[in-house]
Amino acid sequence: MNAPQTRARARHRRAVLLAGAMVAALGLTACSHALMLVGAGAKRPAAAEFGFGPRPSAQGRYVATLLPERELRPRQMHTVRVAVVDAEGHAIDGASLAIGGGMPQHGHGLPTRPRVTRALGDGTYEIEGVRFNMGGWWQFSLTIEAAGGADVVTFNLDI
Amino acid sequence: MSFLRLLVALFAALVSALAETAAASRTPWTGPELAVLRSLWLRDLEPLPPDPGNRVADDPRAAALGERLFADTRLSANGQVSCAECHKAERTFQDDRPLGQGVGLTTKRTMPLAGAARAPFLFWDGRKDSLWAQALGPLESAVEHGGTRVQYAHVVASHYRAEYEMIFGALPDLTAAPPSAGPAGNPGEVAAWNALPLSVRDGVTRVFSNIGKAIAAYERRLEAGPSRFDAYVDAVVSGRPTASLLTPDEIAGLQLFIGRAQCTQCHNGPLLTNYEFHNTGVPARPGLPADDGRWSGATAVVRDEFNCRSRWSDAGGRCPELEFLITGDHAQERAFKVPSLRHVAARPPYMHAGQMATLAQVLDHYNRAPAAPRGHSELKPLRFKAAELRQLEAFLRTLDGPVIAAGASAQPTAR
Repeated sequence: MNAPQTRARARHRRAVLLAGAMVAALGLTACSHALMLVGAGAKRPAAAEFGFGPRPSAQGRYVATLLPERELRPRQMHTVRVAVVDAEGHAIDGASLAIGGGMPQHGHGLPTRPRVTRALGDGTYEIEGVRFNMGGWWQFSLTIEAAGGADVVTFNLDI
Repeated sequence: MSFLRLLVALFAALVSALAETAAASRTPWTGPELAVLRSLWLRDLEPLPPDPGNRVADDPRAAALGERLFADTRLSANGQVSCAECHKAERTFQDDRPLGQGVGLTTKRTMPLAGAARAPFLFWDGRKDSLWAQALGPLESAVEHGGTRVQYAHVVASHYRAEYEMIFGALPDLTAAPPSAGPAGNPGEVAAWNALPLSVRDGVTRVFSNIGKAIAAYERRLEAGPSRFDAYVDAVVSGRPTASLLTPDEIAGLQLFIGRAQCTQCHNGPLLTNYEFHNTGVPARPGLPADDGRWSGATAVVRDEFNCRSRWSDAGGRCPELEFLITGDHAQERAFKVPSLRHVAARPPYMHAGQMATLAQVLDHYNRAPAAPRGHSELKPLRFKAAELRQLEAFLRTLDGPVIAAGASAQPTAR
């Protein structure tokens, strides 16, 4: 009675091991599938780093908030307003803003040359000519020059 | 042993079911992949944007006139060339030739027209900023239609007077104008043009620009129709069976297209183009003059006689595409327009001067990513296996479909 029981246990153990190996194999297939979408180049920041702000500048001089006129969609021309305040929250008028950006994972910049076309007062500026030529992670940066000095705010946008 | 056997059999069944799933029967796509698939789906195509530079863009009478002008060989130097000669309706509005052939041989591959109205810049180098301005280029090109704007104004006055005047108002008095004269003609035609009073020249140029606007009103209606790929996305999104829609190889090719091959960096959106210009290291065609593509095109469009800022445009000076245009960027050297991949398999040869005869050659180019003859290629070698390239090609063949001519005046076009 004892020997058959041992054999049965051994068979059971083998079966469990085999099943485990099968599950691992399936898992691996699924993982490699998911990895296919990961591109080369820079690493995408955490979700909390994305959005229209308020976002502080690199050296903490300013805080900027983007206010798009409508949902940002790929391949379309957009007008985006930006509100700029200093670290204490006071609106910054009379600043000069240079716009840059691109897709860090693809190594290309913006497809157009957007610029501020109007200062609306109360620290708000209108940027025209903004286009993103594909969906995905874009960086959109504003180099702000005002009485408080020059500083850069970089937004991460998911288009 | 029976339990083990059962387990193995179950596993085999599971693997086969999963393979089946991956192949065709149910969606094999992850959430992010599904989002990309949807973004390529023709159903998600944005409404046709307005053309503020062409006030008759959506006037059906202009489209009807434009359709007739499009096919009229009288609008040429030798009476044998019309727009339709190279943009053949039954061939997705292109001509299957490496280089377009008008009254002479051009230096460029004829581009198809479906969805052309959606592109902010036209031609391989984007030297025109509207469909109506684009239509005027070949009419005055010495190797395409080869005629002159005075000649074309006479054609309109003789054969389309009523239709024209209903849409655009009275034709100018052309009695003082010779049969042929224009600023881009032969030396005699240029001299005759310069001898005309300014008011006559302006009147003729107004008619010429309106010919472009009528043709654009027609061309604007030509849109890509749904393909097998769209039927597949439709089924995936709505949870219907997909088994009969795409083969496992086509699905694998689609997975590569949106994944490791990174084709959607440029070929994105429902028309599979970002409407931009890129240097992909395409070799120059031997025997043609040097061509730096977008580098020249971007400055040419700013100077173009018929651009959005010109007095022939109806845009009222509101021209964001020109206003925020990048010029003088070295990345534009030998950058050429990203074509839509709709109907791509049906229209070899490929690239801006028809350099590549087959899709397999195009994919081989992307696989090797050779250095650009000038400027810098943006490509990195894919280093795919032959089987993967075949899968990519299989996917590209699913993008075939009809060209649809929307609106009452135009006929749907079978490919």
